[in-house]
Amino acid sequence: MRDLLITGADLAGEGPADLLIRDGRLADPADAGLDAERLDAAGLIALPGLVDLHTHLREPGREDAETHDSGTRAAARGGFTAVLAMANTVPVTDTAEAASHVAALGRRAGHAEVIPVGAVTKGLNGEELAELGLMARSAARVRVFSDDGHCVTDARLMRRALEYVRAFDGVIAQHAQDPRLAGAQACCHEGDISGRLGLPGWPAAAESTIVARDVQLAELTGSRVHVCHVSTAETVDVLRWAKARGVKITAEVAPHHLLLTTDEVMGYDPTYKVNPPLRPSEHVEALREALADGIIDAVATDHAPHARHDKEHAFAEAAPGMLGLETALAVVIETMVNTDRLSWYAVARRTSVVPAEIARLSGQGRPLEPGEPANITLVDPAARAVVDRNQSASLSRNNPWHGRELPDPVVATFWAGRPTYRRD
Amino acid sequence: MRHLLSAADLSLPEITEILDLAEEMSTVQNRPVKKLPALRGRTVVNLFFEDSTRTRSSFEIAGKWLSADVINVSAKGSSVFKGESLRDTVLTVAAMGVDALVIRHHASGAPWQASQWIDAHVLNAGDGTHEHPTQALLDAFTLRRHFRRTDPTMIDFSGKTIAIVGDLTHSRVARSNVLLLQTLGAKVVLVAPPTLMPSGVGSWPATATSDFDDVLGACDAVMMLRVQRERMSGGYFPSAREYTVGYGLTRDRLNLLRPGTAICHPGPMNRGLEISADAADAADSLILDQVAAGVSVRMSVLYQILGGADDPASSPVREATLR
Amino acid sequence: MSDSGPEASRVVLDADQIARACARMAHQILEANRGANGLVLLGIPTRGVHLAHRLAAAMSEVEGETIPVGSLDITLYRDDLRRNPTRVVGHTYLPVSVDDAVVVLVDDVLFSGRTVRAALDALGDIGRPRAVRLAVLVDRGHRQLPIRADHVGKNLPTAASERVSVRLEESDGVNEVTIARPAGNDEEPATVDHTAFTGEDR
Repeated sequence: MRDLLITGADLAGEGPADLLIRDGRLADPADAGLDAERLDAAGLIALPGLVDLHTHLREPGREDAETHDSGTRAAARGGFTAVLAMANTVPVTDTAEAASHVAALGRRAGHAEVIPVGAVTKGLNGEELAELGLMARSAARVRVFSDDGHCVTDARLMRRALEYVRAFDGVIAQHAQDPRLAGAQACCHEGDISGRLGLPGWPAAAESTIVARDVQLAELTGSRVHVCHVSTAETVDVLRWAKARGVKITAEVAPHHLLLTTDEVMGYDPTYKVNPPLRPSEHVEALREALADGIIDAVATDHAPHARHDKEHAFAEAAPGMLGLETALAVVIETMVNTDRLSWYAVARRTSVVPAEIARLSGQGRPLEPGEPANITLVDPAARAVVDRNQSASLSRNNPWHGRELPDPVVATFWAGRPTYRRD
Repeated sequence: MRHLLSAADLSLPEITEILDLAEEMSTVQNRPVKKLPALRGRTVVNLFFEDSTRTRSSFEIAGKWLSADVINVSAKGSSVFKGESLRDTVLTVAAMGVDALVIRHHASGAPWQASQWIDAHVLNAGDGTHEHPTQALLDAFTLRRHFRRTDPTMIDFSGKTIAIVGDLTHSRVARSNVLLLQTLGAKVVLVAPPTLMPSGVGSWPATATSDFDDVLGACDAVMMLRVQRERMSGGYFPSAREYTVGYGLTRDRLNLLRPGTAICHPGPMNRGLEISADAADAADSLILDQVAAGVSVRMSVLYQILGGADDPASSPVREATLR
Repeated sequence: MSDSGPEASRVVLDADQIARACARMAHQILEANRGANGLVLLGIPTRGVHLAHRLAAAMSEVEGETIPVGSLDITLYRDDLRRNPTRVVGHTYLPVSVDDAVVVLVDDVLFSGRTVRAALDALGDIGRPRAVRLAVLVDRGHRQLPIRADHVGKNLPTAASERVSVRLEESDGVNEVTIARPAGNDEEPATVDHTAFTGEDR
């Protein structure tokens, strides 16, 4: 492959510089030959390729909703060079074989690095530990374990999982939802709107009480806990307290929780059904503040594609979840950059560097320096567009941003030096 | 009126018109030929995702007495498990050429969603724990008749205090009644143990209290709601006995009501739990009148929605241009 | 209920003439029935009801007994419901059973005959009168159905495009019948639209 010289891009807010891609890695731009292909990136920002800690690829099992091919294509369009594929597929990623299979599916698709997340418990049933160690030792090198979609509610089981993964520096990513406070029917933030619409309530406390418990289990075990899709101000308070104590806890926020509020649910449109649910604006504000402060470490999409026939039910019966890969960076720019809450350097931290660290990925989230893997996302900070769900690379159409004008930042994505997406 | 999805959709003049027409419709029951030709050639489908003999038969009779063709479609059992989406079910039924769908669903919002998908008129016959607007209308009809016995010219409910008592969290009847009674100008008092008070009740156009005895003497009507016995296992209250002592319309409480205070219950009643036999059978109990009013009120609503020209948006012309 | 826009309107019956027409009709009805025995007057809302009360009052003066008067709303029996926005339904009130009675339907204007057809259908659902008669204040012609009035206050030759308006004190504050021709529209062909359904656009 010819060398590619990207000229004039602002390196994550550090100032304009050139980037030379050679053989999948970054090289000294001064070495660029005359035959190198050139890409004028003046006015653009170069970020290390984005890393999503929380993607549902649906393959194996629900290839009608998403495949590794369609999902990683969507990832590339969204500027991601790596996605962590959640374990709630059919079959569940709860064995070394299943994890290796997921990793192989990702390699075959080839639009982004796919790293399997292993289940914490067999079949996500919350009763017996899955083969955490074998998954960690497998070729897939699983380090993140999660029963996402289900909370590991049994405190003793959670404690054992935390202790066990310490041996290989794993992390338990917790879907914090007390099933007694917010059961399977819970689908709307408990408050004025749930009361008026007659929708089963999902109280904020059902999240923060689990997080508070897990903080103390992390402290007890000395292990790492990661909190998935933080959605409430109360959880932010707990995280702030935990971090002040030096507990090894990290947290992510989903883009939709940074912008959309419970008001969206008033039309009973299941597109806006997501778990945890959309919260009122005071929570949204607390989440933005926490992401700015670093109390929340990362943005993760919780990209959850669903076939139309799984969404077109009564609100309480529709599948929860929304698309996110293609619009995640747009929402971060809209809510955090355009409001001066995050610098581009911090955007790179929250969307690439820190998620890669949490997942212990060696080849992602690296500095844009010679010798590093050439994972680059080129961003036009000013471009805007109206989101059209029919233009998505995803196989699904549960896109809550449809019809909304948002930044349209991603110009090109390079994974290991190869362009996985380039705007026409 | 295109649809009837929520009691909040109705203005005071619209409510008055529906209730006035229901009065006219109520005379049909006493005629030798219980049939009016107004909806001849119209097709109404009762699409029930949840059993309700009372509401379904009441809509069925109402439609038939107006000469509409009424078809009952039971879609019981969650369609989630049948592999068919709500949208598929609704579109399939609508594709048969129906003029109106009367929808009952165990999940909140389903009729509203259906109205977004099809051209036919949609009537909400009760959705989950959300609304049941025709029940609120028949309650208002019954109460208006009751109030008119002493004040024959009354139009709205201003100056009246109406208590709604019981499982407010899970009651679609309560939600629709609060909205309708607000438009009618009544003062609404919600009475329930805190565990059965809806979240955000403070933002409702009503006052809320957990002390039934405190409001008894100030009411012009008390609406008792059915208590599902399974709420006990949900921990909403410790025992039936304790519920009755706190929130039942017992004989003692009956004696504390002002003379003429109307007693309502949407049925079916748990006699001895939320309402005592003395209260259910009291002179001012309107419970049987409520049942009788069901057909008249639903006739009135069906006529308001289907009695005139088709909405141009749903005319066959539009269909023809699609082909 | 007058249309806006320029119309040349003239009075064809004034208050005195209306009163005389009612008195005459009251006598005719009694004569045809050989007294008040079994008579029930049913007015068709709105002005038919007022006229029915006037006729009954005049008849009571002659006979010395009260003649039962009611109202028969025909909205739900109209054949043009689906051509118009939903219509407001009027009040039906039956003072006595119509079974075996001699029912006199009373309306202000007889035009296409469709109102009367609807009234006959409505009456058939309510009971089985011994006989049904029809009394109207004005017969303006242009029948679309095989219907005729038994008692007519005034036969009024009209063009189909003309508007006949009956105003009565009870509802309009004045007693008069006027006829109006839409300006600049001398020879409009008769049309079958909702205005042709009754004498007045109800």
